[in-house]
Amino acid sequence: MNQILEFEKPIVNLREKINELKNFTENSEIDLTAEIETLEKRLAILENDIYGNLKPWDRVQMARHPMRPTTKDYIDKLFTDFIEFHGDRFFGDDEAIVAGIAYYNEMPVTVIGHQRGKDTKENIRRNFGMPHPEGYRKALRHMKQAEKFNRPIICFIDTKGAYPGRAAEERGQSEAIAKNLMEMAGLTVPIVCIVIGEGGSGGALALGVGDRILMLENSTYSVISPEGAAALLWKDAGLAQRAAETMKITSYDLKKLGIVDHIIPEPKGGAHRNLEQQAAYMDEVLKQSLANLQSSTEDELIEKRWEKYKQMGEFEII
Amino acid sequence: MLKDLFSKRRKYASLPSEQSKIDVPEGLMQKCRGCNKIYYRKEMKKSLSVCPNCGYHHPMTAWERIDSLFDEGSFQEWDKGITSGNPLGFPGYEEKIAKDREKTALNEGVVTGKGTIADHPVAFAVMDSSFRMGSMGSAMGEKIARAIENAKEESIPFIIFTASGGARMQEGVLSLMQMAKTSIAIKRFSDAGGLMISVMTHPTTGGVSASFASIGDYNFAEPGALIGFAGRRIIEQTIREKLPDDFQTAEFQLKHGQLDKVIHRHDMKELLSKLVAMHRREVK
Repeated sequence: MNQILEFEKPIVNLREKINELKNFTENSEIDLTAEIETLEKRLAILENDIYGNLKPWDRVQMARHPMRPTTKDYIDKLFTDFIEFHGDRFFGDDEAIVAGIAYYNEMPVTVIGHQRGKDTKENIRRNFGMPHPEGYRKALRHMKQAEKFNRPIICFIDTKGAYPGRAAEERGQSEAIAKNLMEMAGLTVPIVCIVIGEGGSGGALALGVGDRILMLENSTYSVISPEGAAALLWKDAGLAQRAAETMKITSYDLKKLGIVDHIIPEPKGGAHRNLEQQAAYMDEVLKQSLANLQSSTEDELIEKRWEKYKQMGEFEII
Repeated sequence: MLKDLFSKRRKYASLPSEQSKIDVPEGLMQKCRGCNKIYYRKEMKKSLSVCPNCGYHHPMTAWERIDSLFDEGSFQEWDKGITSGNPLGFPGYEEKIAKDREKTALNEGVVTGKGTIADHPVAFAVMDSSFRMGSMGSAMGEKIARAIENAKEESIPFIIFTASGGARMQEGVLSLMQMAKTSIAIKRFSDAGGLMISVMTHPTTGGVSASFASIGDYNFAEPGALIGFAGRRIIEQTIREKLPDDFQTAEFQLKHGQLDKVIHRHDMKELLSKLVAMHRREVK
């Protein structure tokens, strides 16, 4: 089920042709090795050309790829002895967010992340990674616990956004999100947030106040989905492609805007092409980020966190 | 979607009634949005834009609100000159800002400052929904964060009146980050022992409701105000069911435990001054 994205089609077509020629060479007298070599060179150039010049909309497709690794995939690769814990102690357990503790290089850490499903059945159980208030409250409960036991917190961000449902409103999703923003500001342990797929609006930000904000190269982070923005601003959801560019939602855009600290590179063709490699890239940046933060005192952490967010935004004075 | 928040909430598809056809002279008369009765504008203003007949709370401008709460002449504005840039280079954004600046005589959709309410000094922020629907971008976030910091410095309570369609789309993720920025400012203020009161007025939605508006020590609202995170239409589309008429009203939020109290505009000043008096103490 390796789904092909629209912009990747030229690569796939060429690769298919090369394979055809290879088969043909093997099964016939005619030697096409020279032609195949030429085509393979062309393929390499084409790959570099396409993957090296991804447009914002291409990255949106990449961030939403059904095969894209999820929080749990990274947990498996980066941590050992992960134990998941459930429930917010108020209402229920929201499976759109996973939370627990694990070792990261022999150091106990708290890991929290949005969790999409791998198939329809799991997606229904996990509500496609779109949390209800109990999800944010579960996350906060674990963050407070991390603070008590002096464990760093690692948050994986991967959600289309807060779930726009009746029950979510009735149970106070505004307050749940706001409370997380406020409380994360005061936690006395290091917080590293990693955007791994879509970072959608308040639902993403509710796990996103930290000391380091990292972003996978082909992930997105935005105030609204490109479709939503297009519908709202131009009354036409079909203009999503344009909105993806105008709204500045790629990792490179966010780095430029001063929101993201580091971009974590992705293997050629995206994270889903090589999870092992992706996890290794992530490991490197995460290790460094945590090492840098560990030397700060509690007060320094909190003060620097404020300084970090204080400078976000651009305005004019007249 | 966002636009829906600002139109009247319709219960039924209605044909224009005879009453609504009456020609109302611009400026002199005002028709109540709740009951369609027509009043002298002066009379309506005197009643703080609350309909004398049905009690509908009409939107107030930022300065009308300030006049309705603060002791005369006591209010001093902060950061009047902060206004929106165009950080993403969004097409047409500057023109929209310029137009609203002219229309409202404000530089941004929030006015901040300090003054006294029944002789109690308070730091204050009031949003004005007539400026870009009260949406929050960098300039608004900055003004609110600064006001909270000032309140902390001066050890005085912080009161905010919210009215907002949510995040300012044209500033993209920078708008989103203002939610974090303002919430962190509140955390610092709160840790220093500061009193924060949030009063949600019509409408308070999206990123504003999911940040400072919902994390006051006291969260209040005006009657009938629309308060919620996601828009009604998108929820209806998602869950494929019709929502009740009172969905996301102040009364709905009160019933669901999200508000401390719904306060009639005529009682607002008295209640706020009482509350501030009851919290009089030196901030740590």
